[in-house]
Order: sequence, then C-alpha cells, then structure tokens
Amino acid sequence: MYGSGLRPLSIATAVATAAAAVLIFFYAPIEADQGFSQKIFYVHVPMAIVALLGFVAAGLMAIKHLRSRDRSWDLRSYVAIHLSIILGVGVLVTGSIWAKASWGHWWRWEEPVLVSFLIVFLLYCVYFPLRFSIEDPDRQARYSSVFAITAGAFVPLNFVAVRLAEQVLHPRVFSQTGGDLPGEMFLTLMVSLLAMALLFVTLWKLELSAKHAAQQLKRLRARLELQSERRAEGRGPVPAGAGADGGAVATVPAHPTSA
Amino acid sequence: MPDPVSGAGAYVAAAYIVFVTLIVVYVAIIGTKVARIERELESLARLVEEPEP
Repeated sequence: MYGSGLRPLSIATAVATAAAAVLIFFYAPIEADQGFSQKIFYVHVPMAIVALLGFVAAGLMAIKHLRSRDRSWDLRSYVAIHLSIILGVGVLVTGSIWAKASWGHWWRWEEPVLVSFLIVFLLYCVYFPLRFSIEDPDRQARYSSVFAITAGAFVPLNFVAVRLAEQVLHPRVFSQTGGDLPGEMFLTLMVSLLAMALLFVTLWKLELSAKHAAQQLKRLRARLELQSERRAEGRGPVPAGAGADGGAVATVPAHPTSA
Repeated sequence: MPDPVSGAGAYVAAAYIVFVTLIVVYVAIIGTKVARIERELESLARLVEEPEP
C-alpha cells in the first residue's frame, strides 16, 4: 500500500543525491566572501526548506484526517512530522557549524532566523509527548491532527515574520531580488533541494510501509490468538472483522505509532 | 582553491558527516524494525502451519 513506487523513488533519490554531491564539490564556485565553508549552504538550506515544508504538509494531511476521519492520514501526518524533526536536528547542527566557520560563533541569539527556527523545532518537539500521552487511538489521532494543523499554520506565519525582521547576520537565500545567487550556485542549490525533497519522500514512504506492516501483523496475531481461543472452547471460526468481544477488532491500534 | 583538509574544510566535513550520520542512523532504525516484523511474521507463519492437536 504505502511501499508502492519505493524502488524507483529510491533510485531517483540516489541519482539526485550523487548529482548534487558532484555539483557541490566540482561545479559550484568557491564563494568569494566565505570561501570553502559556504559549501555547508548546499546541505543546510535544502534541509531547512524541506523540514519546514514537511511540517506544513503534515498540517495539510491532518486536515484531510479530520475531514475524512480516515486514520491513515493521521499516520501520514505523524511520519511527516517525525522526519521533519530529524531534519530539524540536522538544520540546527549544520547551521551551528556554518555559523562557527563564518561568524566565529556557534549561535547568535539576536539573529531572528536562527531563533525562529529553534522555536518552530521546539514547538514540534511537544507533538510527541502530547500524542503518546493519549491512550485512546481515536482521541490520540484527533488531538494530534489539531496540533499539526495549528503548528503547521504557524510555520508560514513565522517565515513571513522573519522576512519582515531586520537582518543581522544570516543571509536571505530567496529574497525579492532573487537572492543574488550566481547561476552555478543557484543550479547546485536547486539540485540539492530536489535531492533532499526526494530523500524526504523516500524515507516517509519507507517508514509508513514499515508501520503499516507492523499494524497488519498485530491484527493478524490478535485474530489468530482469538481463533485458537475459540477453537479451544469448541466454538466456531471467527467471523471476518470480529474481535474478542464479538465486535470489531478494536483492541489493536489501527496504526502502531509507538512501533 | 583552499586546502580542503585544513580550516574551513574541517567544518564542511563535519556538517556533511552530521547529515550522513542522521540519515544512516534513521535508516538503520527502520531496518531494525523491518527485521523485527520479518521475525514476527515467520513465527506467525509457523503458528499457522502447526498441525492442530
């Protein structure tokens, strides 16, 4: 279900990543001001853009969940936030390394871009304790979706606020004047962005299919155990979709988010 | 071109190592989960194929 198209997607990701690596180290020129350390830009910026888009996409998936009551959309939203958080860790660490190389400081609290990204990251870190503090699967999915929508709406607002804020040190990549990137650098950035986006979608599908397989397995095991219990009691076979109490198999979470 | 091993090269290498490590660890965790699912599936298959008493 979720694993369809994973093989071509993985190949496309590998090709795009290899192309990006070649462009970064053999094609893009050395930046006059920052020198070789500017190469961090090609991993840091795509990671930040894809992480933020992942948060927004998770919010859209959460809307879909609340509209359709289909919990598979909640699972999609959860996995997108999970992956964006992982990329967020990468953004903060590579950003700090780049800051140290360029500005001589690991972190600048007066820089709005850095602080705003940290706020977004910490906001989404709250998602996991919130999600796993709710035991009822339906309520868990509903509350998580409300959080994902609210936080997802905050991301573009935050982006606009940062654009309006006074620039301290952090460069603006996509400004109204086009960001002043030379052609070779812009092409390299675009290929890196494509590779990062493909990597995100590949890993998202991979985690989704692993979670779906775990879910199916739990259902099968529960059904098999029920069947053997009924057989031991001398009762008939389990009707399709029936649980231990004769109702639907509801004791098994529809998706093992903690798996 | 500056010597990529010294100075800025160390920072660039550190940044890319962080990125690659994150992805490798993530894929390894997912791989472990898939391996566990496979093991459970095998045990389930054995349970199904067991002759009834």
